[in-house]
Amino acid sequence: MKRVFSLLLVVVMVAGLFAGCAPKAEDTTTPATTAAATEAATTAPAPAEVPQILKWNVGADPKTIDPTLNGASDGGDVINQTFEALTREKSGVVYPGIAESWEVSEDGLTIVFKLRDSKWSDGSPLTANDFVYSWKRGMDPATASEYSWIWEYTNVVGAYEAVNGGSLDDVGVTALDDNTLEVKLSTQTDYIVSLLSFYHFMPTKQSSVEAKADGAWAKDPATAVSNGPFMLTSYEIGKGLTLEKNPNYWNAENVKLEKIEAVFIDEASTAYQAYQANELYFIPDVPAAEIPRLIAEDPEFYVYPLLGTYYFNFNLNLDLFSDARVRRALTLAIDRELITETLGAGQVPAAGFVPPGFLDADGNDFFETAGNYGIPTDLSKLDEAKALLAEAGYPDGAGFPEFTIMYNTSEAHKMVAEMIQEMFKTNLGINTKLENQEWAVFQDTRKEGNYELSRGGWLTDYMDPSGLLSIFTSQNAYNDPKFNNAEYDELLSNSSKTGGKEHFDLLYQAQDILMNELPIIPVYHYSDFMLAKDALVGWDRSVLGTIDFSGAYIAE
Amino acid sequence: MGSYYLRRIISAVMTIVLIATLTFAMMHSIPGGPFVREKAVPDEILKALNEKYNLDAPLYIQYLDYMKGLITFDLGPSYSKIGTSVNDLLEAGFPTSAKIGGMASLLIILIGIPLGIISALKQNKPIDYIVMFMATLGVTVPSFVVATLIIYFFGGKLGWIPTFGLDTWRGYIGPVIALSGYSLSFVSRLTRSSMLEVLRQDYIRTARANGLSEFKVIAKHAVKNALIPVVTYIGPMVAAIMTGSFVIEKIFAVPGMGRYFIESIGNRDYTTIMGMTVFYAIFYIIMILLVDVAYSLIDPRIKLGKE
Repeated sequence: MKRVFSLLLVVVMVAGLFAGCAPKAEDTTTPATTAAATEAATTAPAPAEVPQILKWNVGADPKTIDPTLNGASDGGDVINQTFEALTREKSGVVYPGIAESWEVSEDGLTIVFKLRDSKWSDGSPLTANDFVYSWKRGMDPATASEYSWIWEYTNVVGAYEAVNGGSLDDVGVTALDDNTLEVKLSTQTDYIVSLLSFYHFMPTKQSSVEAKADGAWAKDPATAVSNGPFMLTSYEIGKGLTLEKNPNYWNAENVKLEKIEAVFIDEASTAYQAYQANELYFIPDVPAAEIPRLIAEDPEFYVYPLLGTYYFNFNLNLDLFSDARVRRALTLAIDRELITETLGAGQVPAAGFVPPGFLDADGNDFFETAGNYGIPTDLSKLDEAKALLAEAGYPDGAGFPEFTIMYNTSEAHKMVAEMIQEMFKTNLGINTKLENQEWAVFQDTRKEGNYELSRGGWLTDYMDPSGLLSIFTSQNAYNDPKFNNAEYDELLSNSSKTGGKEHFDLLYQAQDILMNELPIIPVYHYSDFMLAKDALVGWDRSVLGTIDFSGAYIAE
Repeated sequence: MGSYYLRRIISAVMTIVLIATLTFAMMHSIPGGPFVREKAVPDEILKALNEKYNLDAPLYIQYLDYMKGLITFDLGPSYSKIGTSVNDLLEAGFPTSAKIGGMASLLIILIGIPLGIISALKQNKPIDYIVMFMATLGVTVPSFVVATLIIYFFGGKLGWIPTFGLDTWRGYIGPVIALSGYSLSFVSRLTRSSMLEVLRQDYIRTARANGLSEFKVIAKHAVKNALIPVVTYIGPMVAAIMTGSFVIEKIFAVPGMGRYFIESIGNRDYTTIMGMTVFYAIFYIIMILLVDVAYSLIDPRIKLGKE
């Protein structure tokens, strides 16, 4: 009976949400107990007698499944099955995809990709020109791809300019012949080959794209020509889609699943019931109330680190937070362990901004090497916090003006905000008010700086700590605290022009400054989780969180 | 009579125009826009998006364009499902919602009204207490609780119905029951109280005094008159139920149109908000018209077109 009520509670909470929040990572999330889903990938092939049909819940009905237009995780999960980029990344390892091999020039500024002979799902040949076409379509403002900003981080010559209205002819992407693609970079970019495995960089076939406008082609089996392990055979709005094995995929002999029957269930408790009843084999979300039990007892529950951080922004334009001692006192007065324990999904308390999962040039984890900047995960430095606050002129919080903690409407954010409110009150004697705004409104409020302390969350888009750290450079559009530090800007700018150890040393120094100045209060690092039946083996995911069924099969 | 319908149609069109105008004004007055994202869209791209969806034009031009489209029932492209028009969303979602809603409406009428009548005739007898207890429960227990319990016990524990979807007839059982629960209870209560009221009227006593059989008194005189308030409620109810329920469709993973009413507002999907509102308004107005026609059939004293 207890389970029923916890289920009900979840439904009540969900029903109260409505807010059109960003992907799942926005609200829930956790880090590492990790799992080894990949080990079976190389074992014996699927027994022939088991029907190779995967029943999968995608989540919400994706906004689009056109690789170039997509910017959401649910769409990305589908696209990763139907398309393939130059490379395919699984669990952080980059495998050759449509590119057989690639060569990076001495100075790191030119990469030449050698493409294998491969075909589209309609049997026509796929050439380097298809990549040039798709990539330029992505950059072209007329296409209006919401993900086009990613080009800035590729450092491809002329790409950023093209996104902002410059000429597409000046972009450093050339098809030297049908099987050779040359990419010119403006600066050495070590993560580029891994980044190019991302859905935005997957090829599309021009005649197919032009058959139906605005990505509608990708949802219509008649026009949805793709080049990945699977191809689309049906799509029903709001209901689901069917993928079948693509016989023209270059690596089709190693694709074991014959069919994927995908549904769109965005109610976690319903999908969970269906999973329990064996009507689904793989679900990307579970009811929040079930997570602690699943972590403890269910071997089919997988938790991965998600490369992002949950934090609060100080509005540095206000006198209230101009004193670094005040910011540090508030940061030290938060019991991060209590928060992550309460959230219950094993989130990692954050003492810095860069989450676990990034390896530096020496192969060490950036998060661990960076240390904790004297910010403990519990209240062990509360005396220091009190002393700092007294030094700043507010002994025991006396005279400190009441301020407002602002967050976007959601049960999870509300809980964190309430805990922080209580901690400020009990630990420092500071009174705060809470205010929530609906997501679309909240983003404007935050961008315009109409807040005192506001919730923030950031996930990286590529495998480098600068994917997080760069948002606090003074000119960055996402610099919500309005942090303005010339040295920090310079360190990040220099780091983007260097590679190897030098690159990471500069990023370590940058985070030192950030954690000294504390324009934000780091709270915890996100994580990602899913339920997958034991019978489903060989599935994988990219470090950025995209699901990969190319090597999956049903075992029993 | 003809002029009556003409007047009704003109007033219906005016109502729809008014509703569309108000919705348009209200939705453009709430902060945020359809392309506000955590990762800000580059200015050039935003410009292209606004241009593409005509959002860079002055508001009154956007309004006129929208109203022009409305005449041909072209509801425009959805902003939150790119490449899909609002008409597509309705075409995909309405038949599903209408099927479940239609079944639920039938259930409400065929069970709710008889239960109310029986209850009234057996006032203060055990059966009346049982029916009214169930009806109170039905009105007070929210539909999402009913829905979740149905999935948990009959879908998960017992495996009698699928946990989601409408692929077999069993799939309809859960959504139809959860959807009809509230209105079924409400209709039976309404029928009961209305019946009790009518049974106390003089003409019922007169009918009985004239020696009519009890069956004739009830069926011909009491029930007919007692149905007037019930029909008043059922008309708009059918419009509401057949256009889907956000909660029920979400919980049972039904691909209907109910979800768009709520989701489109969070997404600032202007065209979808407009399309859903206008569609619902039209449906609602038609139902009210049907209710008025039903009045004149039930009670000959009510003449359409005469005040």
